[in-house]
Amino acid sequence: MPELSYTASELMCINAARLLRDGDVVFVGVGLPNLACNLARRTHAPNLQLIYEAGVIGARPARLPLSIGDPTLVSGAVSVCGMFDIFSQYLQRGNIDVGFLGGAQIDRFGNINATVIGDYQKPKVRLPGSGGSQEIAGWANRCYIMTPHQKRRFPEKVDFATSAGFLGGRAQREATGARGGGPVLVVTNLGTLEPDESGELILTALHPGCTVEQVQENTGWAIRTAPVIRATEPPLESELKLLREELDPGGIYLKGS
Amino acid sequence: MPAGKSTMSKVCTLTEAIAEHVHDGDLVFCAGFTHLIPFAAGHEIIRQGKRDLTLARATPDLIYDQMVAAGCAKKLIFSYIGNPGVGSLRIVREELEAGRLEWEEYSHFGMISRLQAGAAGLPFMPMNQTAATDLEHSNPNIRRVKDPYSGHDVITVPALNPDVGIIHVQRADKNGNAQVWGILGEQKEAAFASRKVIITAEEIVDEEIIRSDPNRTLIPGLIVSAVCHVPHCAHPSYTQGYYDRDNVFYLNWDKISEDRASVKAWLDEWVFGVKDAEEYWQKLGVETHARLAVKPRFAAPVNYGDY
Repeated sequence: MPELSYTASELMCINAARLLRDGDVVFVGVGLPNLACNLARRTHAPNLQLIYEAGVIGARPARLPLSIGDPTLVSGAVSVCGMFDIFSQYLQRGNIDVGFLGGAQIDRFGNINATVIGDYQKPKVRLPGSGGSQEIAGWANRCYIMTPHQKRRFPEKVDFATSAGFLGGRAQREATGARGGGPVLVVTNLGTLEPDESGELILTALHPGCTVEQVQENTGWAIRTAPVIRATEPPLESELKLLREELDPGGIYLKGS
Repeated sequence: MPAGKSTMSKVCTLTEAIAEHVHDGDLVFCAGFTHLIPFAAGHEIIRQGKRDLTLARATPDLIYDQMVAAGCAKKLIFSYIGNPGVGSLRIVREELEAGRLEWEEYSHFGMISRLQAGAAGLPFMPMNQTAATDLEHSNPNIRRVKDPYSGHDVITVPALNPDVGIIHVQRADKNGNAQVWGILGEQKEAAFASRKVIITAEEIVDEEIIRSDPNRTLIPGLIVSAVCHVPHCAHPSYTQGYYDRDNVFYLNWDKISEDRASVKAWLDEWVFGVKDAEEYWQKLGVETHARLAVKPRFAAPVNYGDY
């Protein structure tokens, strides 16, 4: 069988989709998380419940949503509610299994920066800010992070912790009483990182053709590796076909490298 | 007597409503989470040259990028400053980075909790801890109190009570009873939190239409000061069932906002160069109208019973 070619975005998206369990209630963002969730729903997890932060429950988008509040999310959904309800009755109350997060920086303990590079009052780069991510990271049962693997994106410590991973270690997060379990896994274009018992992210799997050296070169701290590093299953032709032909036919989110 | 208590028709033009109810220095909340953003009202505020406004919205979106570019704002209260689905909100970002615009920042839940407290007449709203504390340490308005029952800390944000809330809706009657469907965002909380409410509506309908489906009324006329008939008010955002989001414009704004000369040219042509929302919509042209048209998809009727 000839080897399939795929982009980094397709690779991350497919690996993220495989993390979802049938029946999961997922808090979905636009872009790659949306594609990953809809891919999972069309493959192994037909009973996935998609909840969008704009206040849409049980969405079945008929076209690719281009914003977090795309009208296609509403038509045919199970329910629509206001923003206060979605954040209080769904997230804060503990009704969300899975949240997806991304950001400009992810550090050694899975803390995420989406606010500023540099000083908060006099930022070098002003980023969009939390949006819903502070609450998703705090209160979803499990959080997955999707991001390209680059050194500037993986500093040892974030400039600003917009959303909590394990702070300085699992015990610190637990002491705050935040209900969610924190980050469970980071999917990059090189492999996957998972927190160890202390909450530190370590390399646990590599994608086909990727190496430990590549991961180290692109990580801002001396990253440790699991005793056994798994190899992820290569993307299937059927997964790529669904993504390219049905979920993002224009390649709006999947073209990336 | 507050304007909202009058039994007379509150219908007026958007030009009149902005002139009467929005004043320099006001705290203004143009509501709508991606959906129903009242762009036409923002443009009218720009045309009337309002100054020193504090602009509050969870997602400032293009409407506040344009108002900041036009010099209307002295301060921004927000929780996410991106161009939704596109990238950076360039004008706002530049002004913040340059220190020319004051700001106050929350998470989405912090922002909406401020409105919820304001809408409920409460002094503040408690929220559970999220474990992330950097924003709390950066914004003195985010504080903690001890839950008197468990003894654990909860995070608090103060009530937000805008001087004026501007809410776009699908339909309203002449008294301001307003019905909304699709994404509800913070429309209701913004309306109840605000001291004055301006409703812009795609359609002004008979009171009987509103009364045929009371569960769909999100905002009652009793808190509304002015009702304006403004079809297509939300463009380039959208109105569920009426027209689609103009994603092409959201992408174009990313280029327009790359330099101030092209922003000024855009404002001159599309805001100062038109009289009102109707002229703006006609200027967009039939091809854009056709591109944004949506096919109908009706809900099943419900039976309220004839008692």
